[in-house]
Amino acid sequence: MSAADPSMIAPRSITGAQPALIELNGVSKRFVKPLDVAARIGNVFGAAIAEEVVHAVDNVDLRIAEGEVVGLVGESGCGKSTLGRVAVGLLAPSGGQRLWRGEPVEQMRAISARRAQLKMQMIFQDPYASLNPRMRVIDIVGEAPVVHRLISAKQQVEYVGLMLNKVGLDPTLMRRYPHQFSGGQRARIGIARTLAVKPEFIVCDESVAALDVSIQAQVLNLFMDLKAALNLTYLFISHDLGVVQYIADRVVVMYLGRVVESAPAAKLFNQPNHPYTKALLAEIGRVEPKKRKFAPVVGEIPSPLHPPSGCHFHPRCPYAMPVCSETSPALIEVSPRHWSACHLNTVSNTAVR
Amino acid sequence: MSEPVLRVEELRTHFFTKAGVVKAVDDVSFIVNRGEVMGLVGESGSGKSMTGYSLMGLIDPPGRIVGGRILLDGIDVIKLSGEEMRQMRGNRVAMIFQDPMMTLNPVLRIDTQMIEAIVAHRKVSAGDAHAMAAAALSKVGIPSPEERLSAYPHQFSGGMRQRVAIAIALLNEPDLIIADEPTTALDVTIQGQILYEMQKLTRETGAAVIWITHDLSVVAGLADQVSVMYAGRIVEQGTAEQVLGRPRHPYTRGLLDSVPANNARGARLKQIPGMTPSLLDLPPGCPFRERCSYAQSDCARTPLMRPLTAGQSVRCHHPLA
Amino acid sequence: MSALPDTVIVEPLATGAATETPLGRIARDFVTNPIAIFGIVLLLLVVLAAILAPFISPQNPYDLAQLDVMDSRLEPGSKALTGGTYWLGTDDQGRDMLSAIFYGLRISLSVGVASTVLALLIGLTMGLAAAYLGGRVETLIMRIVDIQLSFPAILIALILIAVLGQGTGKVIAALVTVQWAYYARTVRSAALVEKRKEYMEAARCLALPPSRIVFKHLLPNCLPPMIVVATVQVAAAIALEATLSFLGLGLPITEPSLGLLIANGYQYLLSGKYWISFFPGVALLVTIVSINLVADQLRDVMNPRLQK
Repeated sequence: MSAADPSMIAPRSITGAQPALIELNGVSKRFVKPLDVAARIGNVFGAAIAEEVVHAVDNVDLRIAEGEVVGLVGESGCGKSTLGRVAVGLLAPSGGQRLWRGEPVEQMRAISARRAQLKMQMIFQDPYASLNPRMRVIDIVGEAPVVHRLISAKQQVEYVGLMLNKVGLDPTLMRRYPHQFSGGQRARIGIARTLAVKPEFIVCDESVAALDVSIQAQVLNLFMDLKAALNLTYLFISHDLGVVQYIADRVVVMYLGRVVESAPAAKLFNQPNHPYTKALLAEIGRVEPKKRKFAPVVGEIPSPLHPPSGCHFHPRCPYAMPVCSETSPALIEVSPRHWSACHLNTVSNTAVR
Repeated sequence: MSEPVLRVEELRTHFFTKAGVVKAVDDVSFIVNRGEVMGLVGESGSGKSMTGYSLMGLIDPPGRIVGGRILLDGIDVIKLSGEEMRQMRGNRVAMIFQDPMMTLNPVLRIDTQMIEAIVAHRKVSAGDAHAMAAAALSKVGIPSPEERLSAYPHQFSGGMRQRVAIAIALLNEPDLIIADEPTTALDVTIQGQILYEMQKLTRETGAAVIWITHDLSVVAGLADQVSVMYAGRIVEQGTAEQVLGRPRHPYTRGLLDSVPANNARGARLKQIPGMTPSLLDLPPGCPFRERCSYAQSDCARTPLMRPLTAGQSVRCHHPLA
Repeated sequence: MSALPDTVIVEPLATGAATETPLGRIARDFVTNPIAIFGIVLLLLVVLAAILAPFISPQNPYDLAQLDVMDSRLEPGSKALTGGTYWLGTDDQGRDMLSAIFYGLRISLSVGVASTVLALLIGLTMGLAAAYLGGRVETLIMRIVDIQLSFPAILIALILIAVLGQGTGKVIAALVTVQWAYYARTVRSAALVEKRKEYMEAARCLALPPSRIVFKHLLPNCLPPMIVVATVQVAAAIALEATLSFLGLGLPITEPSLGLLIANGYQYLLSGKYWISFFPGVALLVTIVSINLVADQLRDVMNPRLQK
């Protein structure tokens, strides 16, 4: 199959005629550390000091249909957190376009942009830093709905109580401060705050990573219950493939700013194509009571400041070929709805084992 | 079977705070043999890290070891003086922390720190110490160790720093290594590398290892023996196959069921309801009974560790079948 | 929608009273140190003396009709012609020292507090603007702050007084100009740290207006270091004003602050009439020390790293 248009990660055939809920087309995000005065002076004298640019996200396409749970996985420096923040509107992309229900967000008028913003929310990783320590829970959860006139100020107490109930917290605790709650409860308060503005799309940025296993199970169950009850769409960012395998419909794997593989969850876990995905899968936490022989991937994760040429993964790839260090592989549909960016797929012209 | 490297008997470490007594470690007993890896598993507040610190003598006021014995090669470590304990630390017992920057001094070069660790415990020339440091670095899989020795910690990545911390722990060939969640903060592929190195090294050096973690999968792959802790006590103990394959304590069972990989896709995770109890003035009885689906009225009596089958013991009045 | 199944509503791990506010905790931790309690009691006495000056002073030192030059330079404990006792003696114009000190405290404290409050407001605004807006605005503000902080405070104050002339308002203006830079720098550092925290991102995600984010979310979390700096700065402002008055460049002589009182009696220090300078000096010392004791304890109490 020839290289298809990389903007069609999730072809329209599965989502039917309706447009995707949120769409990222060719989105890039660069972080530039500008030169200070000394470096600029040096450059005048021919020092040729370059600006430090991190390509945190490099030309990524992502389409999420309504009601889908898309898992975004990768390790440090892969850009998944940055991509999540671009998707939810916290960071403006350096390149590419973001569409909400088919409409480009930059071209929306202020009022529609604000209304759209409320529909996309984020649940953060650190339950301790994501709540304002000087605000009571009633204000943390109730502030935005009142400010945006979703409810009147008089309805705040009742509404916050309703939200807290939805996430399994006792409403009588709403006058307390965050430091009086445990990590798991703070995670729930964060979820309640998000739900209070009636979102349709939620980006969960490592939202269960900081929680104990038993609390993690409770919060994951909560996510699934809320999705069913409120018809939510999730972008679930995690480094934990075990969690993603369980919760996601479709999985996108990123490495150093690029998408390396994307497929429906079952297919990705049973028939991984890209060598990096295989390496990640080998490390999934399986609690089988027998000793494993660890046979890990060699080498360090490269710094995003100086990514390797061509395919970013080639220094650590057991199957690396000369072409891998020269050209960056394009995303190819190796089987229906299964995309992978690896030269092994094109060189032998058959899909990889 | 020779005398175990470490024998812990009824260890109790309590913290005397203004709000009350926190029994962080309450009647913990276990044995670790030479060349064996013991996984100490628990969630936050279970007391696993405090147990590790107690073994190293790193408990600061308002905490104090109030009871029990820690026998390292037959010597009761609790009764040692400060100076004697200092000689043991880094020499016979070494610790690896979750954050490698707890081991590494950011303003000193790696070779300075490693040589310091060596000469603190034996008489060797600086040149010999340097060679030993380079050998230790290559043993943990750091490429071009000679160059790396003159670097500073901030010039390493997280995974490399942790390897250096492990190398420092191994420098004086300790009999016991205590690893407190050393891979929790690392990426999954790097974690795999570190676990591989640890597996190799324990086999080569024959050191006993206590691996403290909340991650059951790490324990499953690495440990010979497993002890599960809850609210400061060990609630289940046995070989890895026994504890993880056929858990007898409802909490262990609940933990294993909570892992998403052990559940079918789309089905609701079997969760343990509620939260860990506050360790402040914990009431008598089984600390897990509020959350246990098998709890009965006699669980209000504090259960003791009871051996069930060969090698597997459980602290429960009604262990699972 | 009712509560979801399988969620047990449990008591949180509350560490204090049911409605423990951050302020309540600070107050509770504050009183654990006996030296701090001593400091705050002393400070309260000083403040009370200043506020109640007209009621507790035996004499109104500004009312020329009450003064009698014949009573000048009397020793502490001497009897007045009108009856009463001059507990701390009189100065060269026959003013009762005790009354003069009470009124002087009043002036010193009000000038110190007023200038601190004004400087705080200005510094807070500038520091927050620098941190939140970043870019050129930040560079401009912080370079002005750097330049200003590299000059000795007294030098700037002297130059300003020389340019503006004397008078209460102008002294306050000089003190404010000297002090605002400390607040700007402190607030900016705190704001930079807080800005990166996730609750700020959450506030942006919720599309809250930027002004609300800055004043309701960012500002309250930057206040703890500000409170400590402000407390210390009150003492510094009082000391600076006293210095200016001592040099004759401060408040007018019709409103004698402690500095001026000290200056008045300076010439008599070595000729045996020590009390004219000495007692105002002690009053100044007690004021500043008590403020510093309170500030020290506040700093320790508010330092999150020292929390057990």
